[in-house]
Amino acid sequence: MNMTTSALALCAALALAPAVLAQETVTIGMQQEPTVLDPTVDATASIDGITAHNIYESLTTVSESGEILPALAESWEVSEDGLTYTFNLVEGALFHDGSTFDADDVKFTFDRAMAEDSVNPSKGIFEPIASVETPDAGTVVITLSQPDAFFLFNIAQGDASIVAPETAETNTTNPVGTGPYRFDSWTRGDRLTLVANPEHRDYSDAVIDTVTIRFVADPAAAVAALMAEDIDAFPGMPAPEVLEQFKADPRYDVVVGTTEGEVILALNNSRPPFDDIRVRRAVNHALDREAIIHGAYFGYGEPIGSFFPPHHRSHVDLTDMYPHDPAAARALLEEAGAVGTEVTLRLPHFPYAKRSGEIIQAQLEATGFEVSIENVEWAFWIGEIYSKLNYDMTVIAHTSPNDLGNFARGPEYFYGYDNAEFNALWEAIRTEPDPERLDALLKDGQRFVAEQAVHGFLFQLPKLGVYRTGLSGYWQSSPVLFSPLNELRWES
Amino acid sequence: MTLFLLRRCATLLGTLLLVSLVVFAVMNVLPGDPALVILGLDATPEAVAALREELGLNDPLILRYLSWIGGAVWGDFGVSFSFDLPVSVLIAERLPITLALAGMATVLTVSVALALGLFAASRHGRPGDWGIMVLSQLGIAIPAFWLGMLLILLVAVQWRLLPPGGFPGWSDPVQAIRALILPTVALALVQSAILTRVVRSSVLEVMRLDFARTARAKGLSRAAIFRRHILPNALVPIITIVGMQVANLVTGTIVIENVFSLPGLGRLVFQAISNRDLYMVQALVLLFAAVVVIANFLVDVAYALIDPRLQERLS
Repeated sequence: MNMTTSALALCAALALAPAVLAQETVTIGMQQEPTVLDPTVDATASIDGITAHNIYESLTTVSESGEILPALAESWEVSEDGLTYTFNLVEGALFHDGSTFDADDVKFTFDRAMAEDSVNPSKGIFEPIASVETPDAGTVVITLSQPDAFFLFNIAQGDASIVAPETAETNTTNPVGTGPYRFDSWTRGDRLTLVANPEHRDYSDAVIDTVTIRFVADPAAAVAALMAEDIDAFPGMPAPEVLEQFKADPRYDVVVGTTEGEVILALNNSRPPFDDIRVRRAVNHALDREAIIHGAYFGYGEPIGSFFPPHHRSHVDLTDMYPHDPAAARALLEEAGAVGTEVTLRLPHFPYAKRSGEIIQAQLEATGFEVSIENVEWAFWIGEIYSKLNYDMTVIAHTSPNDLGNFARGPEYFYGYDNAEFNALWEAIRTEPDPERLDALLKDGQRFVAEQAVHGFLFQLPKLGVYRTGLSGYWQSSPVLFSPLNELRWES
Repeated sequence: MTLFLLRRCATLLGTLLLVSLVVFAVMNVLPGDPALVILGLDATPEAVAALREELGLNDPLILRYLSWIGGAVWGDFGVSFSFDLPVSVLIAERLPITLALAGMATVLTVSVALALGLFAASRHGRPGDWGIMVLSQLGIAIPAFWLGMLLILLVAVQWRLLPPGGFPGWSDPVQAIRALILPTVALALVQSAILTRVVRSSVLEVMRLDFARTARAKGLSRAAIFRRHILPNALVPIITIVGMQVANLVTGTIVIENVFSLPGLGRLVFQAISNRDLYMVQALVLLFAAVVVIANFLVDVAYALIDPRLQERLS
């Protein structure tokens, strides 16, 4: 065999090497890779996305429609004053290392998150807790110092994942929980593998045995991996422009859902010109949300007029409060003496921010602002904009649920917004146990923030998912950061 | 020769020390608190303060630098802030992929360039030469990341011959090599185009010199002239360029690994910088700097070996 023939033979052998394809596995693509695997110490969204309610479980969980459901607590009673929660724990749950789950693990978890030196990124959700008691191994009594309308929702999150004292320290690299999936392996930079946990109380033969999560940061690489059938699903596709291609491909379903992410043009209310409500209102009149959604997200995404997700039952549509009206914007700017003010729009590297930013620049300039764009990286954004308020305007999505309280976080929070009236309103919202009164208060809160034109409210971030035809059981929308895997199925 | 080597080693260490100082200073001047990056937008100030204490970010700068560089001398590069694992473990995980990629790309670059460059030189002025010149000009103009995307689209998505990205691990060497072929080609193309031109012009230049003509006049065979007279003399500029290219190929993996989702050092450095993972970035920058400095060092040694006159001058 001469050189050419053997080279060709080698190429053919490499090309034809068998590709294993089994139906009991699913490969999911994800853009952001977690750094550690413990959602109770690090805020990276992909940690919750992978581990919460898959590897770990919390006392409660949340359904795709936002309903609170039992998890490690099979039932609970709330005292009439809304201060005492008595949780009855499931029986026979085991951690993946074989140890039993009981009330002591719950107490350990909460005490650890509440401790002074706790690095839990959402330490705030544990703040209303006064004490955690364990009358017996199957019961946990949590007493609050004040009523908390979001308590059951908050403790469903990854930040409140129940961990065992023996393994808490090593969860960052070797996560041990009680969930329907066990951690199998992690090739950092490439993939993470989970395997079904047959000891789990909800286990059935229909559960997918192996779920592999592949980390593909580059959108073009994500498209290629899907097209080459290396990946079965990409639930958070960062590139809306490729969806048409997958819509036309019978191998794939394109599913557009919503997230909890409100995309806002954040204005620094603590410095001129945005300390003047007329200027902020001018910004809101200058914005053409439809054009932004069309240009930045190919029409996917729902316009918002306030800081609230449209899919929420308490949402009010306030998009008409400041209709797109360049003349009105100009008049307000003139009244405020701010025509020609130079402002900087600092954009983080997220696609939604970069894509929206340039359109916003054009729209604002058409009404009398002078806008310059600066692209900044994430650590800079966190350091300068978020913690030092060193900015005029920025575009950011707030992905946490129930985050209307951001406007009550005081002048140090990066909005630079401080309003005693809103602070009182949020206090009432936060501690309202009655669902109907809570609904009315939430609507008041939305109107308040919109009237104050604290920011330019743009659109609700869509969840753009591409799935192999025949795969079912995934969440179309993301009401929380986690997404359960145990309902995934292949149609036979 | 010993003196020469000693001096070069001292320069090498001095350069690395300087690099470590500069990268430490830069990472600390840049805005962005690692604790805040880890804890995110919902973090309470107390949680941030607790994490800063835990990461040792409250110690004086000079103390942090000294303790880091002190450990580094013994091979302890500290614990990564964001991954919560020793930096050395994380680098050891990723290094084989980057080395394999850069190594395969170097071999491909040199072999393609030598073959095409020599062929072009031997066909000087004829269509073969002309064709290779046009192709190499094109090759130089194509950015590696774009070629990478093109290869993914054609070879992986359209023809389904090779995987479009990712890395299956070394347990199955055939699959591992398959995953590296496209990135290797993307990485090597520009460099081999440059090197082809260097090989061609270097050989042509030597062929014009007096001793080559003398050798021809003496009646030596073409092969013998080439082996004994032309190649050794043409090699000096070629080795210079190859040395620079090895450095380019290693640092070029940063882009290519991101295009092909390969879990090598290039992707790690990308993640580490955006996470403000101080120890991780410092170690990686040192490592990349070391590759560049060592490549230069080896080029000098190779000169000295090829050309004894240079040995005298360099020492």
